[in-house]
Amino acid sequence: MLRYIREIEFQTICDYIKEGSSVLDLGCGDCELLSRLVKNKNIKAQGIEIDEKKIYECVKKGVSVLHEDIDYGLSEYKDKSFDYIVLQQSLSEVVKKPDKVIRDALRVGKKVIISFSNFAHYSARLQIFLKGRTPITPSLPFSWYDTPNLHFLSISDFIKYCRERKIKIEKKTYLGTKRKAHFLPNFCALVGIFMISRE
Amino acid sequence: MTEKNLGIVETKYLTVGNPPDELKLESGEEIGPIKVAYETYGNLNKERSNAVLITHAFSGDAHVAGYHEGDDKPGWWDNMIGPGRAFDTDKYYIICSNVLGGCGGTTGPSSINPKTGKSYGLDFPLVSINDMVNLQSKLIDHLGIEKLLTVAGGSMGGMQALSWLTKHPERIKSAIIIASAIKHSPQQIAFHEVGRVSIVSDPAWNNGDYYGKEVPARGLALARMVGHITYMSDKSMMEKFGRRIRNVKEGHKFNTGFEIENYLHYRGSSFVERFDANSYLYITKAIDCYDASEGKNLCELLQGIKAKVMVLAFKSDWLYPKYQSKEIVKACKVAGIDTTFCEIESTYGHDAFLLETEEETELIKHFLAKVVQNG
Repeated sequence: MLRYIREIEFQTICDYIKEGSSVLDLGCGDCELLSRLVKNKNIKAQGIEIDEKKIYECVKKGVSVLHEDIDYGLSEYKDKSFDYIVLQQSLSEVVKKPDKVIRDALRVGKKVIISFSNFAHYSARLQIFLKGRTPITPSLPFSWYDTPNLHFLSISDFIKYCRERKIKIEKKTYLGTKRKAHFLPNFCALVGIFMISRE
Repeated sequence: MTEKNLGIVETKYLTVGNPPDELKLESGEEIGPIKVAYETYGNLNKERSNAVLITHAFSGDAHVAGYHEGDDKPGWWDNMIGPGRAFDTDKYYIICSNVLGGCGGTTGPSSINPKTGKSYGLDFPLVSINDMVNLQSKLIDHLGIEKLLTVAGGSMGGMQALSWLTKHPERIKSAIIIASAIKHSPQQIAFHEVGRVSIVSDPAWNNGDYYGKEVPARGLALARMVGHITYMSDKSMMEKFGRRIRNVKEGHKFNTGFEIENYLHYRGSSFVERFDANSYLYITKAIDCYDASEGKNLCELLQGIKAKVMVLAFKSDWLYPKYQSKEIVKACKVAGIDTTFCEIESTYGHDAFLLETEEETELIKHFLAKVVQNG
C-alpha cells in the first residue's frame, strides 16, 4: 500500500515540475525522485540528505547531493536559487523546525512542493476515538516506538498554516488508498501534496 | 570488474622555465629552470579529454600508484589508481607530479642552484600553493592537454585542486577536494610551527646549509612525530597500539617501550631518509599561507564556474575537521556550482583519505562517470 501511494506521490510531484527547471530535494533519500526528474524532465538536480549510506546511492545515480542537515543546509542558499524545492515526506520525518524550513524554502525556491501523510485520515481518527491508540494507517504504518515521524499534521493544519502565513497554495493533490481523494480530503485523504509560493 | 595494480611504473622528468622564461612566483621572484618529476598511467584519448591530475599531500610525491622497479611498496594512493579502480587507467589518463619546492625529484631547496652550482638551501624562493599549480599547468601544457577531466587531491592536494578551481577554472571540468580547507586555522598553523621550530632548532640545520654534511635528522624526525600524531585519531591510536609494550631497549629509564612511542620513532627516522628538512619548511609555509578566498568571500571567486565539485571529509579527522570542508561546500553552493559532499564515517583521523579507499572509490568513480557523461 505504502509503495503504491509513494508511486502516485512521485508521479504527482513530477507532474508539478516544469521541464528544464532546477530542483532542490530536501531529504532526498536515495535520489529516486531527482533521478527520475533528470531523466524525464531534464532538470538540474541537487539533493540534501543526512544519511551517509543514501549518499552513495545518489552518487551512483549520478545526482549531486550534499551530506548535510536540512535545517542548516537550506539556509545557506541565496534567495531564489532554485525553481522548485521539494519536501517529500521530509516535513514530518526529518525536519526539526518545520516553520523555519518552510520559510527558508519559500525564500530559496520560487515554488515549494510539500507532501505529507494526513494524520486526520478517518482510520486514524477511529483508532484514537474508539481504541484510544496511537493510529497506524497505510500512509503512517509505524508504531509509536519506531516511527520516523517527528511531527504529525493534518491537511487542515497545513491549509490553516498557509492561510495564517499568507502563503499561496498553487496546486494541491489528495491521495486516498486507491485514487485521488478530493472529497472531504482531511477525512478521506492519506497523503496531501501541495505546491506553495510566496504571495 | 576486476581491479588490479598497475605493475611497474617509472618517474619521468620535464624541464620548464628555462631562462628567459622563468616561472614567475606569487612573491614576485622568478625561478628557472625547473625540473618537474611526474608519472603518468593509462592512455590519453584522441580528444585529449580523459586526463586526470592527482595532486599530492604534504609529504607525497609523483609516485602515486604502481611499483618502482625493485620496490616492495606501491605508490601512496595505489588502491585508488589502476585498471578497474576509482581512477580507472582503462578509461583515464592519470598524471601526478611532485610539487615545486618538494624533494621527490621536482626542483626544491635541495636542488642545485644553477647560479652557484650548490644546493639552493635558503636561497630557494618562498613558493605558494598557487605557484605549485602554475607549474602543474606547464606540465599539462607540455602533455598537450587543454582541459583536465578532474583534479583530485587530499589535504594539501585538496588545496591544489581548490587553486585549480579558483585560478584555472576554464582548464578543469571538475575538482575533487578531500579532507582539505580554504585556509589553515590557527591550530593547523600551530602544529606546523612546532615542526618548523623543531627543524631550525637542530644545530645541524645550520641555517639551511647542510647539504653534503650532517642533516638535521633529530629536528626533522621530531617534526614528523608531531605530524603523525595529528594524522591519527584517539580511536585509531587505541585500536592500533593500545597501551601495548614492545621492544624495551637498554637505555635511559624513561624508555618504557609503548608501541605508540616506537611507532612514532620509526616514522620519524624513516622520514629523515626520504624527506628534506628545508622542503619541510618551504612546503608547510606554503600550506599555512594559502587562502583560496584571498581574504574575500570564496563564493565571489567561484561565480560563474562551470566545473563540478566533489568535497569529501572524514568523521574522525580533527586536523582538517568537517567544518572546513563545509566552508568549501557552502561557497560552492552559494556560487551555484553543481556540488556533491559526503562526510565519510571513519576512525582513522586525517590519514583516512589515504585509507578509506573503498568509500572514496564508490563516490569518485560514479562522480567521474557523471563528469564524462555531461561533457
